[in-house]
Formats: sequence, structure tokens, C-alpha cells
Amino acid sequence: MTNASVRRAAGRSLAVLALLAALLVFWEVYRWVWTSAGWTWPFVVTDTSMPHVWTIAKAFGQPAQVNQPPLITVLLHKALFTAKEAAVGFALGAVIGFTLGVALVHSRTLQRGFLPYIVASQTIPILAIAPMVVVWVNPKLPSNLQGWGAVAVIAAYLTFFPVVINTLRGLQSADARALDLMRTYAASRWTVLWKLRVPTSLPYVFSALRIAATACVVGAIIGELPSGLQSGLGGAIINFNQYYSIEPQELWATNIVAAALGIIFFVTVVAAEKVIVHRAPEVPT
Amino acid sequence: MSTHEPVVRVEGVSKIFPRGNVVALQDIDLTLAPQEFVSLIGPSGCGKSTLLRVIGDLIDPTAGTVTINGKPARQARSDHDYGIVFQDAVLFEWRTVSKNIALPLELLGWDRARRKARVEEMLELVELQQFGDHHPWQLSGGMQQRVAIARAFAFEPALLLMDEPFGALDEMTRERLNLELLAIWQHLASTVVFVTHSISEAVFLSTRVVVMSPRPGRIAGLVEIDLPSPRTAETREEPRFFELVTQVRELLRLRGEHLLPEEEQLLREAAE
Repeated sequence: MTNASVRRAAGRSLAVLALLAALLVFWEVYRWVWTSAGWTWPFVVTDTSMPHVWTIAKAFGQPAQVNQPPLITVLLHKALFTAKEAAVGFALGAVIGFTLGVALVHSRTLQRGFLPYIVASQTIPILAIAPMVVVWVNPKLPSNLQGWGAVAVIAAYLTFFPVVINTLRGLQSADARALDLMRTYAASRWTVLWKLRVPTSLPYVFSALRIAATACVVGAIIGELPSGLQSGLGGAIINFNQYYSIEPQELWATNIVAAALGIIFFVTVVAAEKVIVHRAPEVPT
Repeated sequence: MSTHEPVVRVEGVSKIFPRGNVVALQDIDLTLAPQEFVSLIGPSGCGKSTLLRVIGDLIDPTAGTVTINGKPARQARSDHDYGIVFQDAVLFEWRTVSKNIALPLELLGWDRARRKARVEEMLELVELQQFGDHHPWQLSGGMQQRVAIARAFAFEPALLLMDEPFGALDEMTRERLNLELLAIWQHLASTVVFVTHSISEAVFLSTRVVVMSPRPGRIAGLVEIDLPSPRTAETREEPRFFELVTQVRELLRLRGEHLLPEEEQLLREAAE
């Protein structure tokens, strides 16, 4: 890294931190204005609907239940568990999505036959499918995959869709003259796929993977709900939901950890894209 | 020249595009001897690019045959007999300059060491030695086109097809690349079919100029270019050069009598 790029990265981190600080300040100012003016629109501001920033921060350091480690330790463990489900789901969904995209680009018939069902699959709410996935998948899994394996499949279900659509689009976007060029070289379909179509598709695939990165975390959390799993963030969310009226700060703390997990997944994909995809920097022409 | 087996033999080729029933080519006969540099020139819509694509087996003719070194065009294509350069460089932006030049060599199954040696040789020929590790977007348009030329010539194909390769470049770059192209052509003793809009470019580069006329696309005449070889920047100033340019222009004009106004406009542009 050059000095300039280090400085740019530092500048960017500083901006992120400044924005975060501004957000926290806004939260407290909003609270103060609404409570002192007694406004009730759009909702009544109380310690339950909007706990203080410091109450939430303090909650991380205290045990949620007696004789337990502090909340942050518990949440990090749960986040790690959910991260495992999400990561496996992401990988599974990405591979399935990419493979389907490659298959579909080579056959118009397959495209016409399959695509409507792929689209339809995403119109069914994940909560409606999750219990069935658990029932179908769990019995087939070895003991070390029990429970969380089915959740990974649910996460994959949310991941694969943007990947299929964008892979297909990306593979089809190869330049017509580049295809002519490969034709004059008598390149086989396979060669055209790997040397031209796939590299062309990568920027498209990566924008799908960015979407998938956050979708797989959401998929994993939601997938935990019907599975009755207590080891992940989904279990924690259900649990703290029940105590919201007494200790809202614990659900808020959990949500912050869940959001952070999604951001980590997203940033990881962006970093991978920087390493893998070499394209002209986008400059206004 | 005539003692050799021709590299290209086009016999009775016609091409009708079903959409709109456009007769793009009608009864084209053309033969290219080894190491010939033949330019196809004519106004837009005269079918010169179509002819190039038929020769390269990128589209099928409606009638007639194309033979390359005694083989059908389809066979020639699978034997890797063609190199091609388009108006745009069509470089793969995810590959470095060197990797772009190496692309056809990879497809031919050359091993790494052989590829590397040839790429270096080609980089030297197009004077881009220091740019092997650059990505295409870091180069100017002229440099990109030189990479495309290096890629096309790298495996010494039997026939080079060039479709207005310098059409998008400024005049000065174009003239310099004309000289570079001739040097490479002589060095590698290749056979070239060159499509262009520019009369002076066609005369300067070619051993023979094929003048085409539109609707239907036909060969209006052939002009043997008997300028001494190798050609230099001074060639463009010789009286013979101007005579030949005039000869080609006359042929284009002769066929332009019953053209639509916008076609005449194109013709004038082509003549400039």
C-alpha cells in the first residue's frame, strides 16, 4: 500500500466513525426533544421504545441472567454460531447460483423452463418454507451438522437467487466482437466460458454476492426461529423479545451485534472483489 | 505471385440478409496470393466488412465458396488459420497486455516458456516492451490497437483479417501505425485482408486495392499498387502515390453516379 492509499483508508474509517457518532448524538437529541415537548407522533418516546445509548452500551457489560457471563460474551458466541450457518449458506448459495447461471446461459430452453420457478421460489416467505426445510433436511444430516445444517440451507435459499440472476446477466454481457474473436480462434464453448464469459461476469457476480452477503445473515437468523435453535442470534432475538417491556436494551444490543455481523460479511465480499476483479477504475469520461 | 497456391480463393460468393432482403454481396470473386496485402475499400453498405466476415467464416455466404490454403473456410478456422483485428482493440480488460497477446497462444496449447518468448518478441515489434504488465485501460487508444495487432500476429496465422483497425484513431497515430503494420507484415511475411474507409491508407499499405460499390455489394474494380517496397513516410509524397489515389477515387466515383445524397456524403468523407 502506498502512503496515499493508507491516508485514504484512514480518512474513510474516520468518516465512518464520525457518522456513527453523529447517529448516536441524533438518537439522544431526538429522545430529548420528543420527551420534553411531549410529542407522541409517530410513537411515544420512553425508556422502553428508545432506551438511552448508554443503557444499551452498559447492557453489553452486564449478564442478562444471573450467574452468566456478560451479555457481550454470550452474544459473540451466538454471533459466531450464526456466522457459521450464514457462511456455509453463503458458500452453498453462491455455488448453486453460479452453477445454475452457467447452465442457464447455455440453454434457452432451460432458461425459459427454469427461470419462472426460480423467481417464484423467492415470492414465498422464508418463514413459510423454513419449517419444511428443517423437517426435510435435518434427518439426512450427520450428527455434527444437526440443527445448524438445515439453517445453512435456509440461508442458501436466500443467497442463491441474486447470484443466479446476476451470473446469467453477466455471462450474457460478453462483447459481441470478443465472441467473434474467440470464434476466429476456434475456441470451444468451454474455453469461451472460462476465458471470456466468466471473467466478464465477475463484476455482476460480485454485486450479487454483496446482496447475498447480508441476505445470508438474515436467512440464518430467520432460519433459526422455526428450528428452535438457541445457540444463535435468532434464538437470542426470540428470547429478548419476550422481555422487551422490562429490558429493551438487551434486544437492542442483540440487533447491533446482528447488524455488525452483516456488515462484516459485506465488507469481506467487497475486499475479495478488490483482490479478484481487475477492472478499469470508474472515472467520469 | 501467380506461381503460388492462393491463400484466399473467393468464388461466386453472395450474401443476402433475410431481414429486409438486403443483398450485401453479389457474385464476388477474389484471389489472394501469399504475402499479399489487399485492401477492401468502398462506401458504407458496400459489403466490405461482410466480405471480410465471410472470408473469416464468421458468417456463412448465401452462395459460393471460400477456400483458405485449399481448405474450406470452416476447416481453416478450426486449424487456427485466422488472426483478426477490429476497429476497437477488444482487449480483455482483466488481462495484462502480455496476457492479452498470449491469449491465442494459450488456446493453441503453447507451453508457458514458448508463450513468454513470443509475447516478448511481439511486444518489441509493436514497441510496447515496458507495458507488458499494464492493464489495457492504462494505455492510449493507439497503444491498445498495437496490442490487438500483436495478439493477431502472435501465432503467425495464415491470414490476417483487419476490419478498419485504425478507423477510430487520429490521423497522426494512424500514419505511424500504418508504418508499424507494414514492418510487421514484412517481418512475418503474412497475408492480409484490410478493410478501410480511407483511400490514402488503402493505397499506402496495399499490394492491391479492391474497390467495392454498394447495393448490391460488388467489386467495382481492382487497382494494383506498384509503389516500391518498403514504403516510408516519403511514399505518401511521390507522384505515383497520388496517381494511384486518384485512380481509386475515380473508381469509387464512377460507381457513385446513382447514389442517394447521404451515400454521396459518405463517399466524399471516404475520399477525404
